[in-house]
Amino acid sequence: MEQLDAAFGAMADPTRRAILARLAQGEATVMELAEPFQMTQPAISQHLKVLEDAGLITSRVVGTKRPRRLVREGIDAIDQWMAMLRKGMEKSYDRLDGVLAAMESEKKRKGRR
Amino acid sequence: MSKMTLKTEGDTHIVVTRHFAASPEAVYRAHTDPKIVQKWLLGPEGWTMPVCISDARPGGQIRYEWANGNGKGNGFYLTGEYIELEPFGRIVHVERMFLPQQTPDNHVETTFEPDGDGTLMTIRMMLPDAKTRAAMLATNMEQGMEASYVRLERMMEG
Repeated sequence: MEQLDAAFGAMADPTRRAILARLAQGEATVMELAEPFQMTQPAISQHLKVLEDAGLITSRVVGTKRPRRLVREGIDAIDQWMAMLRKGMEKSYDRLDGVLAAMESEKKRKGRR
Repeated sequence: MSKMTLKTEGDTHIVVTRHFAASPEAVYRAHTDPKIVQKWLLGPEGWTMPVCISDARPGGQIRYEWANGNGKGNGFYLTGEYIELEPFGRIVHVERMFLPQQTPDNHVETTFEPDGDGTLMTIRMMLPDAKTRAAMLATNMEQGMEASYVRLERMMEG
């Protein structure tokens, strides 16, 4: 629950969403991630920390570099959450199909009288 | 079975579409007449709406209260106001959830257009900013999702 809150909070920022989109294509270093933005590396590092705390990305050490990549479980949790929300909504509309069909047959029944 | 689509549009919009095999008038009534809303706007199985107020005129109040079947539903509800109503084509309203903490106002435009033998409904939610949209996605989202949220929250707290 808290992890999901953190994940959605992390995704509320356009720069961080762009970073996630970039990492969806594969691992990247801070320098590579900073390139498309008019931002300093410390500013990007701050965004990366938010994403990391939210469980959406992770890093490993390669020499002096720490390339970042997406965390499968973090992204899956969001997908599952959205799918479940969507399911509740679909359930309501499926129910409405039935209600509309009943309204229609009621109208026909009254019309025949 | 008709398929619902849900997609984001720009930074602050969420758009949901759904086809119904009924006239725009019937679908419009199903969204504004409290006696009908009460029957279907329930999310997952097991939930009911003991209080359903929908005063369908500009400035009219909306209030939906949900409970789950085993009586453990602890009062989560939605309030709102109608802004514009064009029978049977368009509704503009604002709503916010109480979970019990209040979620940000969600401005919603719902249109009903003839589509073949039925109706295409399009819900366009206009949120103040991307942050609010993310918060909405994380919480109530839109009609019918509220119950899912509460149920899911319980499951996760499990």
